[in-house]
This record gives sequence, C-alpha cells and structure tokens, in this order.
Amino acid sequence: MATETTGEATQAAGMPQLEFSTFPNQIFWLVITLVVIYLILSRVALPRIGGVLAERTGTITNDIAKAEELKAQAVEAEAAYNRALAEARSEAQRIAAEARADIQAGLDDAIAKADAEISAKAAESEKAIAEIRAGALESVKEVATVTAAEIVTALGGKADTKAVAAAIETRIKGSA
Amino acid sequence: MAEPTEGGGLEFYPMDQFIIKPLFGGDVVNWYTPTNSTLWLFLAILAIIGLMVLTTSRRAIVPSRGQSIAELAYGFVYKMVEDVTGKDGIKYFPYIMTLFLFILCANFLGLIPMSFTTTSHIAVTAVMGFGVFIAVTVLGFVKNGASFLSLFWVSAAPLPLRPILAIIELISYFVRPVSHSIRLAGNMMAGHAVLKVFAGFAQVAAVAPIAIIGVVAIYGLEVLVSAIQAYVFTILTCVYLKDALHPHH
Repeated sequence: MATETTGEATQAAGMPQLEFSTFPNQIFWLVITLVVIYLILSRVALPRIGGVLAERTGTITNDIAKAEELKAQAVEAEAAYNRALAEARSEAQRIAAEARADIQAGLDDAIAKADAEISAKAAESEKAIAEIRAGALESVKEVATVTAAEIVTALGGKADTKAVAAAIETRIKGSA
Repeated sequence: MAEPTEGGGLEFYPMDQFIIKPLFGGDVVNWYTPTNSTLWLFLAILAIIGLMVLTTSRRAIVPSRGQSIAELAYGFVYKMVEDVTGKDGIKYFPYIMTLFLFILCANFLGLIPMSFTTTSHIAVTAVMGFGVFIAVTVLGFVKNGASFLSLFWVSAAPLPLRPILAIIELISYFVRPVSHSIRLAGNMMAGHAVLKVFAGFAQVAAVAPIAIIGVVAIYGLEVLVSAIQAYVFTILTCVYLKDALHPHH
C-alpha cells in the first residue's frame, strides 16, 4: 500500500474525487461498463438462471405429483388386495358350506338307507320268529296228541285219535 | 511498504489511492483514456461474468457451489424487487440486478490491496444515483401522468399541513439522488482512507501492532460495508421505483 511519490506533486491537496477533469473519463467508462454488464445479465445470465430455477421448480412439482400418483396407486392396490382377500374368503366359505351340505346329504342318504335295511331285516326276523313260533305250536300239538294217545293206551283205553286231537285243539286254544 | 519520510515527520497520503492515472503512461486524462479506474471497471465486468455466467454454464438442476451463489444473488435481488415494488416492478429487475452486481463486485474488488475502488468516486456513484433518479422520475410521469405529483400531496395529512408537507416531500425527493450517490462513495472512500491511515501508522514501530490489528479490524468492517452499501443502494433504488409505479400514499 505504498503511497507513490507521483501523487504528491499533482494531488497534494484535496480529494481526487473532486478532480472534475477526470469526470468525463470516469462517466464514459462507467456507462460502457454498466451497458456491458446489463447486456451480459439480460441476454445471458438472468434468463439462464431464471430458466434453471423454473426448471427446478417444475421438476420438484412434477416429482411431488408423481409421488402422489404412486401413493394413490399403492392405496388402490391395497384396496384391490383387500377386495380380493374378502372375495377369496367368501368363496372359501361358500365352498366349505357346499361341502358340508354335500356331506350332510350323503350322510342323510346313508342313514335312510341303513334305516330301511334295518327295518327290512327286523321285519324278516319277525317273520322268522313268527314262523318258528308257529312251528313250535304245531310241534307241541303233535307231541301232545301222541303223548295223549300213548297215555290213553297205557291206561288201557282205546285211543280215539280224532277225539284226542279235538281235545288237544281245544286245550291249546284255551291256554293260548 | 510506505516510504520512509524525511525530517522525522510522519507523512502519508491516504487519499492518493483514489487518484486516477492513465493506465499506459502519460499525464493527461482525456475522456477516452483508459485509466486505472477503467481497468477496475472492466475487472468488475469479468467478475460478474465469472460469477453469473461461467458458474451457470452447466445449467444444472442440482447446482454446483458456484451456481448456488449465482442463484442466491439472483433470488436475493429478485425477491427484493418483488417485495418492494410489487409484481409490476419485476420487469425492471435486470436493471436493478445490474446496479447491485456492479456495486457489489466493484466494492469487493476495491478491497484487494493495491486495487482501485471505482465506487469510491463520486463521479461513478453520481452517474448511478442520478441515473436512477431521472429514470424513476421519467417513469413516474410516463406511468401515472400528472397524478405522479400526488406523491408530494400527502392525502393522509390534515389539509392545512399538506402544502408544508408537499414542500418537504419535494425537497426530500430532490435530495434523494445526492444522498443516494454520496452515501455509497462516502462509505467506500472513508473506509479505504481509514485503512490507509492505519497502514501509515504501521510505519512507527511503537504503534505498529495496534495499527496492524486496526487494519485487520477495519478491513473486516469494510467487507461488511461493501456488501451492505450494495444492498442499501439497491433497495433504495427499489423504493424509488415503487414510488414511481405507485405514487399514491
């Protein structure tokens, strides 16, 4: 920051700012400078920076919009998933109910069939029992007749077969 | 650094740094002569190109450091113009940006040791100050016609006071360019002169440490002042522009 001696002689007193002889020079170059700066800024720098800022705002807005869209899609996908889940559940319930009904029907059928078979078998058995009983009665009659005839003979009588049979008949009927 | 002085007296010339000299020798400063002032004016242009054009050449969506600074300057002045003058002032944004960047770069370049501070000259600041004044006044009349004069007629005040206020308003209006330009030149000149005075005292061994600390402190202050004066000049320009666009109180 040397103070040059050249200044001493010419500008010893006062302010160089008030050296009016330099004013036209300063004003001339200043005007040129300002015009150049204005041209650089208005033609190149400011439109460029303004463009970049606008582009950035646009990009950010777009990105936010895109993110919102994706979010909406995700919500929609979730809803679709839930819907599908509910559908699947109700379908499963329907299938289960159907299967249950099927099984129930089969079961009812089988029970009915079994019942019918059982009652048929029971009827058959009853018939057989009745037959056996009838057979037994007949046998009793026969045995009774023969025995009665034998007893009569043994007692010295003459067994009248017809009378014995009739007597037995009445006896059995009476007891039965 | 400084010349040893003869006769024991402490001699330094704090104002010599403002002397305008022809750049390529000679003594005569004609209106077209390239001077040291011219050199630093052109360096200010280069600084602005470097700051606003070169940094933004990639037009990156995600800005580099340089581009962020350019965008910051753009956004700062743009918002200032928008806030102070309103939406219809936006079209004057390039002019205001020109003033702001020129003053900012010239102020900061002037802080480089051995450099020349173009904005410390009243001729430079007066051209800008009166340029703004004339432009704003013409704009006011073009936009509003005669009703621009209502700027001086304070309708909010009681009627008897209005003529007096009108005179005061009128005076203050015409003082604007003077204060506008002297404020900048005065700040820059005073700061640099004080720096030089402290530097001059550094010749004396006894006070040299204090002087050097003083230089450092004043330099820090000057960095602040450089930015603040650029801001002040710009925002006052915006305020004057607002008066021209909306003169009604």
